[in-house]
Amino acid sequence: MNVKSFKVDFLARVEGEGGFHVKVKDQRVKEAKLNIFEPPRFFEAFLRGRKFTEAPDITARICGICPIAYQMSACHAAEDAFGAKPDGAIRELRRLIYCGEWIESHALHIYLLHAPDFLGYEDAIQMAKDHPEAVQRGLRLKKIGNAIMTLLGGREIHPINIRVGGFYKTPTKTQLQSLEEDLKWARDAAVETARWVATFTFPEFQRDYEFVALRHPSEYPLNEGRLVSNKGLDIPIGEYEQHFAEEHVQHSNALHSTLQERAGYFVGPLARYNLNFERLSPLAQEAAKQSGLGRECRNPFQGILVRAVETIYACDEALRIIAKYAPPDRPAVDVTPRVGTGHGCTEAPRGILYHKYNFDERGLILMAKIVPPTAQNLKIIEEDLTEYVSTRLHLPNDRLQWQCEQAVRNYDPCISCATHFLRVRIERE
Amino acid sequence: MTGPAYNTVFIGVGNPFRSDDGVGRIVARRLREEVPSGVKIQEESGDGTELLEAWKGADCVILVDAVQSGAPPGTIHRIDARTETLPTWFSHSSTHAFGVAEAIELARAMGDLPARLIVYGIEGLDFSAGTELSPDVAEVVPAAANLILHEIMHLPALRPAQTS
Repeated sequence: MNVKSFKVDFLARVEGEGGFHVKVKDQRVKEAKLNIFEPPRFFEAFLRGRKFTEAPDITARICGICPIAYQMSACHAAEDAFGAKPDGAIRELRRLIYCGEWIESHALHIYLLHAPDFLGYEDAIQMAKDHPEAVQRGLRLKKIGNAIMTLLGGREIHPINIRVGGFYKTPTKTQLQSLEEDLKWARDAAVETARWVATFTFPEFQRDYEFVALRHPSEYPLNEGRLVSNKGLDIPIGEYEQHFAEEHVQHSNALHSTLQERAGYFVGPLARYNLNFERLSPLAQEAAKQSGLGRECRNPFQGILVRAVETIYACDEALRIIAKYAPPDRPAVDVTPRVGTGHGCTEAPRGILYHKYNFDERGLILMAKIVPPTAQNLKIIEEDLTEYVSTRLHLPNDRLQWQCEQAVRNYDPCISCATHFLRVRIERE
Repeated sequence: MTGPAYNTVFIGVGNPFRSDDGVGRIVARRLREEVPSGVKIQEESGDGTELLEAWKGADCVILVDAVQSGAPPGTIHRIDARTETLPTWFSHSSTHAFGVAEAIELARAMGDLPARLIVYGIEGLDFSAGTELSPDVAEVVPAAANLILHEIMHLPALRPAQTS
């Protein structure tokens, strides 16, 4: 009998604290577990009794990388419950600030967290010695994403200008135009990013995933759309709970998500790309083709390439919005609370982020449920590890471990997000 | 107070809602009242990429963060980041994927470090949720601020001709 196992106690280059454990017995992978031990953060519990107006700012604290996603899903959920519908310039500004978050988050992941895996460096610091220009480009791209968030959100981390119904204050046309020059540079830099990433070597690996993302009739999805998959799912977001389940597994402080009576599913850039390719801007589609990406991509290692393509799209979309912007008459629409349930689902950089709230007649939260993208990908990540290792058992442990870490980082997991919600049950005998 | 110190940035790093982790920012607030005009005081969360932005274009940077090296709480460490690599314990009190130590080493790798970069670490005790400093840590805040002010006023590069 030949038992071999390896363990990474602290996974580097992911947000939050986690590790993984792969156990091999008789030349077969017995188990692959992603251990998440960052303490659970109880957000769902302390939202209870708070006013609907507080949900965007409270939930934004779950994550320093994707606060906009939390604010957007929270706002949409409350507006769904109260029958409010911000449109026109308010809707466009929401897309614009979301573009800022995508640019910032994708640039961070591509350049500082994931590229070192492909180029054989321990980390971005080692990589920067040989590729200083690339790292500088990534940092400037990230900064431009942050600049959009700062202008519209009031500050770049945990923005304060977003409210249910719209914004507290909207920018002037001139203020938005101040971003244009940088965004044009960013769009070119994003094209260059795709070219650079396309030169990486991607391990041969793909599985028959079920990809889940939002789909909108005409836009690449950010804030709105139906939940669809490549295997026939097509539902309004209000039916989320009828189709998706969460389960607690012993080795993790984060819940695992599944599609009921099916299996794990894949959310994030690759899912969005596969389900919405034709809604990307022409420049982004062209860059995808030039980079060797097909109309569909099932290799999670190429997620870094899809992130680059989405970064091009986000710059293009931001420039489009700024060019046609005229300030709205009012920064927000009126929102009158009533008894009800609201659902919000938007595309965080890492994939769909679902919020559900029950409100009383004053708009106080009776129940909150939040399902972040990383939690939804956990099952797929473990399955990837199992299959990946199974076909590469001949590799020495250090090499295999390196590739497993790379495989986990394909999903840009945000463990801080994934653990915000564990319910603790105390059993007494 | 007279003082030149153009192109000098002081950065207080930390999370003010994690007890002693916020000490860097408390030092920053104290110094805000005392530094000569021209010295920029910044508060940062510890995200490495923000730090790279915060000190961009500055000749002299002094940064303060809470640390956990195992020394008694309130111990003040001083590291000249131009000549020393930051000890590993510097990056251990944050879950940022890319924090203070990483920002400094990245800048070094790219040949992009400020001409002077002094890093102070104040040994913390309690990093749990809360807005109060532990007594041993609170006690050294005035001393740390004085030390840093003295350093700002006496760094060779900070004694240019432009005194008023």
